[in-house]
Parts: sequence; structure tokens; C-alpha cells
Amino acid sequence: MTPIFFLLFAAVAVFSALMVVLQRNPVASALYLVLSFCSLAGLYVLLHAPFLAAVQVIVYAGAIMVLFLFVIMLLNLRKDVEAGVHRTARQLFGWLLGLVLAAQLYLLLRAPWGLGPQGQEPAEAVQAVGNTQAIGLRLYTDYLLPFEVTSIVLLVAIVGAVVLSLRQGKHEGIEEAP
Amino acid sequence: MSWVLGDSVPMTAYITLSAVLFLLGVVGVLVRRNAIIIFMSIELMLNAANLALVTFASFLNQTAGQVFVFFVMAVAAAEVAVGLAIIVNVFRARQTVYVDEVNLLKG
Repeated sequence: MTPIFFLLFAAVAVFSALMVVLQRNPVASALYLVLSFCSLAGLYVLLHAPFLAAVQVIVYAGAIMVLFLFVIMLLNLRKDVEAGVHRTARQLFGWLLGLVLAAQLYLLLRAPWGLGPQGQEPAEAVQAVGNTQAIGLRLYTDYLLPFEVTSIVLLVAIVGAVVLSLRQGKHEGIEEAP
Repeated sequence: MSWVLGDSVPMTAYITLSAVLFLLGVVGVLVRRNAIIIFMSIELMLNAANLALVTFASFLNQTAGQVFVFFVMAVAAAEVAVGLAIIVNVFRARQTVYVDEVNLLKG
């Protein structure tokens, strides 16, 4: 059964990622991105990571995409007319560079490559104690310092977002556009 | 592709999917000129990296990779909060979110 679900989720993820890039309407792009995130959450379940699947849906599809949609609607963006300077040159260059990267990835994935040493936590053992508990144990013992640093990063982001969204006075900061 | 009829998916399939998603993110950044879509494409690339991390964690019998994904998600949330605030500020100053129209530094 697993391969069928894998193919289903993979197809949805790739299709919706493609639509994110191709859609002219930013709101449609954002909604396709939500679909892509949800199918990735399904893949996480297939990979025995149910906690990350839940976090993916709550944090990415919930919080982050709400922020995106909020900003899109705040700015009242219309459909992207895709005019701009050097339109064809830019698009051609973009797809060409993407093709080069695809060739590189193909060569990389075609070559034989092996895995490093196996760890001590097979899926059955993790499932016995619970996925969330196993991750929590790792997070609060081996990776305690990175965890604390992450909280500082989030604090800096909060302060930065508040400072950026403060209205700047006429006598200081960026000059308002005419 | 003989694994389709079996009952397990090889690691290469997951890594290939991750590579394809990353590729679409790169193309999105290069092709689009709407700053918000460019931002979404960056999120797509972060998610492709997350998928690779979870895959390796699963196939190597470790939970450390899942912890890293947790950190990546936290950093992505911080990045989105600050980045969208910057985009809103650019829109206030220039009335546009198209990156090729923000050319104040161009000679």
C-alpha cells in the first residue's frame, strides 16, 4: 500500500509546486502552496514521522500561510501581468538555469551512493515509546543548546517585525515615495 | 520502478522527489518577479530540504534528522515574519512588490 500513497502524495506535491510557480494570481499560488505542504505532511507520515506531519500542517499550512495570505490581501495585489523589464530574457534564463540544475541533480542521483552508519533508533523502537516523546528526549538532551538559540532567533524575529512595521516619522528613516 | 508493486518505497524515490521540489523552488525564484511568490518558492525549497532530512532520518534509524527539521521550521517562521514585514515596507515606499521595479540603486 505504501508505494501507492507515496505516488499519490508525490504527484500532488509536484503538481501543486508547479502551480505555485505558474499561477498568475498570488492567492491561488498561496493556496496551491498549502496543498503542497499538506501532501508533504502525508509523506512525513509514510516516513514514520507523525509528529513532524502534525507540526507541518499546524505551523506551515496554518500559521505561515495565513501570514502570506494576510499580506497578499493587505497589499491588494492584482493578477501578475508579468510584463516588466526583459521579460522573455528573464524567463528564458530562469528555465535554462533550472534545466542545468536538473541535469546536475540527475547526474548526482544516477551515480551510486551509500548511506553512513545506521543509528540506534529503528522505527519500531521509536513507535514503542512514541514519536513525540522520542523527539522531545533528543531535543531537550542532545540538542538543548540549539533549542535555546532557536528561541533567541524567534525573539529577534518578533522584535524585527515590530520595528519594521512601526510607522517611520517624516524626519527619520526612509523617505516616503511621492 | 519495480517497487511500485512492492510494499516499501526506496530512499532514492524520496530523494528524487525532494530534488524535484527544490528545482521547482529555484525556478520560481528565477522566473517570477512578484516578491511574495519568490518568498513562497523559498519556502518550497526549505520544504524540499526538510523532506530530504526526514528521509535520511527514517532510513538511518535516527531521530536526530527530525529534530533538525524542527529547527528549520522555526527558522522559516522567523524568516517569513521578518521578510513579509520588509515586503510590506517596500510596498509602502514604492507602491509595488515587483522586484524589477525596485531599482532605486540602479545607476
